[in-house]
Amino acid sequence: MKTCLVVDDSSVIRKVARRILEGLEFTIEEAEDGEQALDACRRRLPEAILLDWNMPKMDGYEFLRLLRRLPGGDGPKVVFCTTENDVAHIARALHAGANEYIMKPFDKEIVEAKFQEVGLI
Amino acid sequence: MTPDDFDFLRKMLRERSGLVLAAEKQYLAESRLLPVARKYNIASLGDLVQQLRVMPNSPLAVATVEAMTTNETFFFRDKLPYDHFRDTILPALVAAHDRDKRIRIWCAAASTGQEPYSLALIIRELAQKEPALAAYRFDILATDLSGDVLERARSGIYSQFEVQRGLPIQLLLKYFSQVGETWQIAPEIRAMVQFRTLNLLNDFSPLGRFDVVFCRNVLIYFDQPTKIQVLNRIARQIAEDGYLALGAAETVVGLTDAFRPLTEKRGLYVPNPAARDLEPLAMAGGARRGM
Repeated sequence: MKTCLVVDDSSVIRKVARRILEGLEFTIEEAEDGEQALDACRRRLPEAILLDWNMPKMDGYEFLRLLRRLPGGDGPKVVFCTTENDVAHIARALHAGANEYIMKPFDKEIVEAKFQEVGLI
Repeated sequence: MTPDDFDFLRKMLRERSGLVLAAEKQYLAESRLLPVARKYNIASLGDLVQQLRVMPNSPLAVATVEAMTTNETFFFRDKLPYDHFRDTILPALVAAHDRDKRIRIWCAAASTGQEPYSLALIIRELAQKEPALAAYRFDILATDLSGDVLERARSGIYSQFEVQRGLPIQLLLKYFSQVGETWQIAPEIRAMVQFRTLNLLNDFSPLGRFDVVFCRNVLIYFDQPTKIQVLNRIARQIAEDGYLALGAAETVVGLTDAFRPLTEKRGLYVPNPAARDLEPLAMAGGARRGM
């Protein structure tokens, strides 16, 4: 089973994402901000990361930049999942190494389509 | 709506669009036709059917048929047909048309346009990698029964939800512009597609010949004679070295010999030369059976 790290400061979003991704046969780990997510990745790199942008301590963009510098940090497929839905944010995310981008609100079909797009399913 | 009203509606839908509405689907008719009744200030669905009986060719009848058709679609739906288009169909057709450099594509049930635009995006992306393709002219004709959905398709405007179902984020960024809460596909992609209202029960011959026909997820709504009739009439419009793509739940097998499945290319069919030799008798016969 592949592992997906769900990074979001909202427990509700983490719960919804967990339910969807477990339905797609992922094992789920959770983090509330970029710092926690980076710690989790230093311990073990997941196959997939569903990543919010705006979070306390360290935001998703900063986390992604640091993740890609870790040994093996280019491995996880990173799918942003954020309310930032403008072209400038999407372009920045892709430039920093995001593989896909979900604009909230989202549902199971969108998550499934995006994970398929990057070869996770 | 009385059982008699529902029977009238089912018969009308079948005659006008080929759509087969199962006897147990009265709930579907009611949920889809209530908005039509409201739009036309009609008090009940019984009254709506009464008006259809009196004026079978009214705008109300058109709106009724359009409301009952299913327009579910999204960009690069099912992925596989688009892989076939990029990896099998286009290379073969580009080689076959190196003289006239013109390739005609027909999306026979285009709905809100995601299918023809997906094909246009593939062509545009390939042309950037292979400059020789730029010398080719690609005509994409997109038809649908419903004028309303084609209006939406022409506008090329999609909701945030629609652009996230199947469209890779890089293509969204490259070919769409954000308009408030919606996204509009670029003018150069819109210009690659011509939209036209067409009932699949009507004559296809004015459309001319095509190298590729995408007729996906529409035959499933037809009864068997209508499926046969439509497939045989598509066969008459398709080039000898052309291709037909059907939906995942559709096939030609057991319906017509005019096409044969391509081995290891699920959902993709090519004209059957053996059946062409039998034309026009065998194929016209199939069409007559369906009339």
